Amino acid sequence: MDSFRSKIFPVTAILAGVVVLWYVFAVILNAPFQRDLDSRANETPGVVEFVGKTLAQPKPTLPAPHQVAVNFFENTFLRSVTSNRSLVYNAWVTLSSTLLGFAFGTALGIVIAVGIVHVATLDRSLMPWIIASQTIPILAVAPMIIVVLAAVGITGLIPKALISTYLSFFPVAVGMVKGLRSPELMHLDLMHTYNASRSQTFWKLRVPASVPFLFTSMKVAVAASLVGAIVGELPTGAVAGIGAKLLAGAYYSQTVDIWSALVAGSIVAALLVMVVGIAGRLVDRAMGGRPA
Amino acid sequence: MTGNSPAVVSASKLDLTFQTNDGPVRALSNVDLTIGKGEFVSFIGPSGCGKTTLLRVIADLEKPTSGTISVNGMTPEQAREKRAYGYVFQAAALFPWRTIERNVALPLEIIGLSQAEQAERIKRTMELVNLSGFEKKYPWQLSGGMQQRASIARALAFDADLLLMDEPFGALDEIVRDHLNEQLLDLWGRTNKTICFVTHSIPEAVYLSTRIVVMSPRPGRVTDIIESTLPSKRPLDIRETPEFLAIAARVRDGLRAGHSYDD
Repeated sequence: MDSFRSKIFPVTAILAGVVVLWYVFAVILNAPFQRDLDSRANETPGVVEFVGKTLAQPKPTLPAPHQVAVNFFENTFLRSVTSNRSLVYNAWVTLSSTLLGFAFGTALGIVIAVGIVHVATLDRSLMPWIIASQTIPILAVAPMIIVVLAAVGITGLIPKALISTYLSFFPVAVGMVKGLRSPELMHLDLMHTYNASRSQTFWKLRVPASVPFLFTSMKVAVAASLVGAIVGELPTGAVAGIGAKLLAGAYYSQTVDIWSALVAGSIVAALLVMVVGIAGRLVDRAMGGRPA
Repeated sequence: MTGNSPAVVSASKLDLTFQTNDGPVRALSNVDLTIGKGEFVSFIGPSGCGKTTLLRVIADLEKPTSGTISVNGMTPEQAREKRAYGYVFQAAALFPWRTIERNVALPLEIIGLSQAEQAERIKRTMELVNLSGFEKKYPWQLSGGMQQRASIARALAFDADLLLMDEPFGALDEIVRDHLNEQLLDLWGRTNKTICFVTHSIPEAVYLSTRIVVMSPRPGRVTDIIESTLPSKRPLDIRETPEFLAIAARVRDGLRAGHSYDD
């Protein structure tokens, strides 16, 4: 009852509001084309019939929620997972490069953070470049990465994963710099009184202290990785993946397909963030964290 | 007491000036002090009198601006490298991701003792601070007093002869504090360690110490050093005896002479 009141109810209320608004705008946005169709066919439908038609167009400007739901259901559950029209298949293609890129990105982010925390020169020289790297629009960089790597014979999963890496190393690097610097002065003094070496202070104090920061930044990074993988599929002319579905949908004005690919992408993102969150909680528990 | 035993800490003309944004602050000025083996010395004074700074200089956590100081006949840095002292901070400063016994093991891991040796030391020090049975608990599962006892166990674990304590009981309530004071005296009596103890409580200083160093602020300096005449066996109710009250009055006089009570 408590969790219903505090969590489920507010979220559901917002969702219901969004769905209602969505229907309203679907009618408004699809109406001009429907009026056009009707006038050419010399039909004068009543209001109810007209609204019904705006919500059932094959290529609507804004598909109605139920159209997206049906399309999503068909392409997820009713197709063989090996079919390239299956959303499960396409999501898997995107997921595989997301995960690879996320792994690279996390590793790179940690390495950079360790460097920045331990080498003063790197702190001053590297940080501005890292921040600058994130101000460059990924859409502009992605095709170049793909083209350059293709020129040296690297194609397939790796170039897409590298775009994910480009987006995901940043939150991890920033979060880990903060995490590795999070030990209080008293804890650092304590290690000093033991005459602990730098590596002892690093492994016994800085690393464990940074773990909560790592998981928080990994949540951001995994979502960014997915964006990177989808963006990476756009200029590659990829035949499969959520990005490829979005692009194909745009080419052929299959708006319903675009929206259901979007839904698939969101679900994958939510699942990824959730998995990282659960992993974070398990690790926290294993490290003696106080149960919330 | 000081004359016939070798000096554990010996400071002369010690000066320490911090450069702050508001100009230089003289935290320590012309401090002369000798602490003999087995003494229990308290440093008392209002905040800003340099008592914590002095302790941190002994521990090589701060460097003096001028003057000389030796710990066990070495510079503080050499003493620290030889792990000559255990330090207890104002807060327990336990690592929250380690159980109590792993916290106590921390300095032992750093020194590089064998697992067997670590287990033996942990067992011994946990008994010494009456925490046996709580080895597997995490810090948040213990009360503040127990956490501070664990941090004392950690400071005792690597068997240094000198224990530096910086207001270790300052954050605890008076009942717990009394109890820990009693236990600390008992522990000191059994281990024969030299203890430097920073406090801002007059009863605590008088109850625990063989010598009380009274300090004053602006600049931080030693205004009086009082030898305790209390017997080494001290039950808690010794604090109501005239002898105890007389020493407490002397400490208060010392503080007043150093303008510690001025507005």
